[in-house]
Amino acid sequence: MKSFGGPILCLDRSDINTDEIIPAKYLTEITKEDLKPYILEDLKLPGFDPKGEKTLTARVIVSRGNFGCGSSREHAPWVFEVNDITAVIAESFARIFRQNMFNCGMAAIELPAEQIDTLMKYAAFPDTIIAIDIERQQITVRGGGQEEQFAFDVSPFDKALVLAGGWVDYADQKY
Amino acid sequence: MGKTTAEKIFASHLVDEPFPGTKVLKLDVVMCHEITTPIAIADLMARGKDRVFDPSKIKAVIDHVTPSKDTKTATQAKMLRDWARRHNIKDFFDVGQNGVCHALFPEKGFIRPGYTVIMGDSHTCTHGAFGAFAAGVGTTDLEVGILKGVCAFREPKTIRVNLNGSLPAGVFAKDVILYVIGQLGVNGATDRVIEFRGPVVEAMTMESRMTLCNMAIEAGGTSGICMPDMVTVEFLWPFISDQYPAKEAALADFHRWCSDDDACYEQVFDFDLSALEPIVTFGYKPDQVKSARELAGTPVDQVYLGSCTNGRLEDLRVAANILKGNKIAPNVRGILSPATPKIYRDALAEGIIDIFMEAGFCVTNPTCGACLGMSNGVLAEGEVCASTTNRNFMGRMGKGGMVHLMSPATSAATALEGVIADPRKYL
Repeated sequence: MKSFGGPILCLDRSDINTDEIIPAKYLTEITKEDLKPYILEDLKLPGFDPKGEKTLTARVIVSRGNFGCGSSREHAPWVFEVNDITAVIAESFARIFRQNMFNCGMAAIELPAEQIDTLMKYAAFPDTIIAIDIERQQITVRGGGQEEQFAFDVSPFDKALVLAGGWVDYADQKY
Repeated sequence: MGKTTAEKIFASHLVDEPFPGTKVLKLDVVMCHEITTPIAIADLMARGKDRVFDPSKIKAVIDHVTPSKDTKTATQAKMLRDWARRHNIKDFFDVGQNGVCHALFPEKGFIRPGYTVIMGDSHTCTHGAFGAFAAGVGTTDLEVGILKGVCAFREPKTIRVNLNGSLPAGVFAKDVILYVIGQLGVNGATDRVIEFRGPVVEAMTMESRMTLCNMAIEAGGTSGICMPDMVTVEFLWPFISDQYPAKEAALADFHRWCSDDDACYEQVFDFDLSALEPIVTFGYKPDQVKSARELAGTPVDQVYLGSCTNGRLEDLRVAANILKGNKIAPNVRGILSPATPKIYRDALAEGIIDIFMEAGFCVTNPTCGACLGMSNGVLAEGEVCASTTNRNFMGRMGKGGMVHLMSPATSAATALEGVIADPRKYL
C-alpha cells in the first residue's frame, strides 16, 4: 500500500481538467517516469508555478469541484504518482479520473466545500502537513500551530483497491 | 419496478458484486488505440501476463497520430501492431484502413444493443447510441479488461433527457447536445447514464445519435444511451441479417433492452427543441454556450471539420451543401478530416471532397490528431479554431489556442465568413 500524506499543494479552482494536468502532446511517452517534468504544465492559476517549490515538495493536492474532468488518460494520475503525489482531496471528481486514482492504488478523497475551504486556509502556513489514514477514513491537517481532523467517505471497493495496491493485482487474484 | 436500459445491461452482465454498489461486469467489446493501450501492454508484459481474454472481442486501431509523426508515435503504433499480431487480434486497423475509433468501430458493425463496451478513451460513450453501455476508462481498467474481460462500475443511476418537439432547419444533433450540456453543466451527470429520449432522438439517424452520445462525457456522464429501434436495426442489418429471419425479428429482440415504462430515473429533464438555434461554445468549458447568432462576428483562424463527434458522412454532406460553389474567407484555413476511409471514399464518390477542396479546404487522412492537439492541425499560441470536435479546454488544440465548438453547418458558414456565422442564412 502506498503512503498518503505530506506537504500540500492547493489548486483553488473547479473543473481542473486532464489537459491541464498533463497536456496531450506528452501522451507519446510510453513510460510513467518520462511524464515527470510536465506536471500541471498548462494550468493557469494566480500565483501557481508548475515548476515551483510547492509542486516539487507536495505529496497531496487539494482542489475544488469536478477535478480531473476530460480525457480518460491515466497519464494524469501517473504524472502525480511519479512526482510523489499519491492523494488528491477535492469537493468532487470526474468519474474516470477518480477511478484511475484508486485503480493505481492512490486516493481520490471527496470532502464538502467548507472543509476544503479550511484546508485551503492551511496553505498559508509553510509547515502544513496533511496525514491521510485510509483505513480509519480520517484526514489530519497540521500547520501554523493548529491541528484539525475530518472524516471522509470512501467506497469499500475503492478502499480495497488501495489496500490491494491497485486494480490489476485485485482483479488478478479474484477473476 | 421496471428497469432502465443500463440496469438491464448491468443485471445481464454481472460477474461479481464484491461490495454493495460495485458491479463487476463481463465485457462484450474491449477497444484499444495507440495512445492509452501501449502502457497497458507494457505492464502486462512486465507482469508476465501478456495474454488477452478473447481476441475476437478486442478491437484495435491506430488513430490519434497516424501515419506516425516521429519516433515516439511510431513506437506506440508498433507496440499496438505487434501486440495485435501476437494475439491474433483480427480486428486491427492500421494505416490505410484506420479511422477515428468511435466512427470506425460502429461502421464495422462491432456494437449491438445490450453490449458492454470499454475503451481507454473518454468518448467511448458514443457507442451508447446503439443501446449499449459504453464507457471510457483509464489504462488500468483497460488492462484488466484485456486480461480478464471484466470491468468494475458503480451501480448506475440514470438521468432521462426528453428531447421534445422537432428540430428547426439548420439545427442538428451537435446543437442539441451542446444545449443539453449547457443545461446540465459539465459535472451535471457525473456517475450517471444519460438516457436520450423523445421525438427528436427517434427522428435522428444513427450518425446523429452517435454525435449526441459522444458528448455525454462533457456533462460528466458515464455513458449516453439511446433506445434501440428500427433505425438501429437498419444500420446494423448488413451485419446481423444472417441472425434474424427479418428486420422485425431483430427489432423485437433489440426491444428487450429498452427501458421499461415504469423504470425509475434519478432525474427527468424535458426540453422542447422546436425553437432551438445553432449553438456555439464561447469559453473553455463545453457548458459555456451561446447561440451562433449571439457570437456571430467572432474572428477565427482555423475551421476544423472532423473527429469522433462530427466527421461522419452526414456531417460532411451538410457542410458541403453550404460550401458548394463558394470559397472560404482568406483569413481562415479550413481542415477536413473524414472520420474513416469509407466516409472518405463515399464523400469522394458524392463529389463532397471536391466541394471542400474547391472551397479551399485541406483534406487530411482519417485521424483524431487535431482534436487534442497531437497532430494534423495544431493551433499556434493565440489562435482561434471553429471546430466540430467535442472539447474546448484551454490549449486543447495547441498551447495558447482557443476552440469554439459547433456543428458542421455552423463551421461551414464560419469558414465562408472567416468569423463565427449563423448557418441558417445559407439554407
